[in-house]
Amino acid sequence: MESKKRPSRRKFLTSGAAVAGLAGAAVRSASGQTPVSSPANTPAPAPAALARAAAEKRLKDLIAYGERSPFVTSLREPADGRPSPDAFGLTFHVVTPLGESVGSITPSSLHYVAAHRGFYVPNIDPKEHRLMIHGMVDRPLIFTVDEIKRLPSITRVHFLECIGNRSRPAHKTVAQTHGMTSCSEWTGVLLSVLLKEAGVQSGASWIVSEGAEEIKGASSVPLAKAMDDCLVCYGMNGEPVRPQQGFPLRLIVPGFEGIYQTKYLRRIKVVDRYYMTYNDYGHLQKDPKVVALTEQLGPKSVITFPSAGQQLPGPGFYEISALAWSGAGAVRRLEISTDGGRSWKDAELRTPAYRMAHTRFALPWTWDGKACELMSRCTDELGTVQPTRAQVAKYWNEPFGPGYRVKGADNTVQMWQVASDGSVHNGNV
Amino acid sequence: MGTSRLLMLVMILGASVSAQSPTYHLGRTPTAEEVRAWDIAISPTGKELPPGRGTAKEGAELYVDRGCRTCHGPTGAGGKAPTLIVTKGAPTNPGTMPGMDMGIMAPGLMAVSAPYATVMWDYINRGMPLGREGTLTPNEVYALTAFLLYKNDVIKSEDEVLDAQNLPKIQMPNRDGYPGHPEWKHGEPRLRNYP
Repeated sequence: MESKKRPSRRKFLTSGAAVAGLAGAAVRSASGQTPVSSPANTPAPAPAALARAAAEKRLKDLIAYGERSPFVTSLREPADGRPSPDAFGLTFHVVTPLGESVGSITPSSLHYVAAHRGFYVPNIDPKEHRLMIHGMVDRPLIFTVDEIKRLPSITRVHFLECIGNRSRPAHKTVAQTHGMTSCSEWTGVLLSVLLKEAGVQSGASWIVSEGAEEIKGASSVPLAKAMDDCLVCYGMNGEPVRPQQGFPLRLIVPGFEGIYQTKYLRRIKVVDRYYMTYNDYGHLQKDPKVVALTEQLGPKSVITFPSAGQQLPGPGFYEISALAWSGAGAVRRLEISTDGGRSWKDAELRTPAYRMAHTRFALPWTWDGKACELMSRCTDELGTVQPTRAQVAKYWNEPFGPGYRVKGADNTVQMWQVASDGSVHNGNV
Repeated sequence: MGTSRLLMLVMILGASVSAQSPTYHLGRTPTAEEVRAWDIAISPTGKELPPGRGTAKEGAELYVDRGCRTCHGPTGAGGKAPTLIVTKGAPTNPGTMPGMDMGIMAPGLMAVSAPYATVMWDYINRGMPLGREGTLTPNEVYALTAFLLYKNDVIKSEDEVLDAQNLPKIQMPNRDGYPGHPEWKHGEPRLRNYP
């Protein structure tokens, strides 16, 4: 049985190192620098023919599979509080460098990565992988990945966001405050198509979705959502889903928090209750109102330029650029304030406004060189407006002050402070 | 009456057949053995629990033999891995992860924080030991669950036998900790009147 097959971690790490080595070599060659090495371990100079062959191979590799410019240096970094890899070698949360993002699609290599326990990225052979649909269905079914690909396909742009994505005063960049969200074009089959093939029985109310990785991460998803717009994806940004993102199959639950987006999807069990899996337990909340704030994500936006850690070279024209998204549907409006929220201007749409997708907005702006405070707030298709932290505190009837902690998923307004020297800082306290 | 009931039955059957018949006829029927092997998500009712039994006393030995103590510490605390056993007055290492400060549950402390003991059985069975997941037998999972419940004062005797019948019935300290989910509906805000 394929589930028993354990990917060879060593093999995976080795091939990863080989790829990293190749990238390093390519960068050196492209930037015209010579590799740095100490005299002690410098090998005898390779014959010119060997060097030529190596250079030729590098060129062929790059022609076959392109790379970004060596001058482009955006990288993911571990999310706060825990290194990735951690003490056990588990891949843990890393954030997308949103400050350098353009448009609305996150490059797959920079998509944030998260897993509730941390995980060893499995090396799954798609020919061996299976998806089982069973439980409260008339016809339990097992699909191969090729069979899933024969079904009517659908392609949609959707963001993902981790529930832990929240701005803290210690954060120095927009990657740190907001980088646990990313957006991709996902291709796959509607989960409802698979569930209809199996025939959902009356009385069913939830599904349990489960992955094939070492921990077999599982989450409970409401059946109504499963039948509405969930996707079983094999494609991401025009290519197979990347291993860190769930290759060969990933469940996308549009607009729901990240933990529902089951990677390495191997099983859907149709059930009649919330199953309280380990993932579900991890996100357990006592207050039903907070529970409601941890499933479908609210409207949220952030200015990515100018944002904390960036530097404006001087007064003059800039375009303030922001991303907005909502778990309830499309973003209809984004407003930007340059005076700390006293006045707001409508920003212009810069990308298509898809449902449950990052949407880029911009506002032409001439900076006068004085200290100012930049904020953005969005409104989604339901008319819900992104709240400030003070508004949230008022809703809960709690005192608002420095260090106030928003319950559930935090979709509150972020403020950036632009100093008169052009440096930009986190204005959330 | 008999005729109208029969007619209704025919109508219901007809409707369900037309609504639920497959369209694409892809995929195959899994064998009973395949379903049994994959069906590892344990409901709070415990209906997926396999036969088996174990006590805390047996679990204490397994905690050493299966290597749990290497990562979680000799007392269930103080290791590199999350704290499993709460000792009064001793510091706990819940393991840090993004979101902990908004109430993400301590990953190791299911004996204290999970509403149902099935969550522990399920997790130990699917997720432990790290790197050798899926190698514990059902008896061993029952015994390790019993050990952690006993050490956290949830069950009172180290000789109490846990099995598929009594494990789901254990009164966990946080039994009422799950309030239920509001019904999700397409096109509705997550929480009415939330700003």
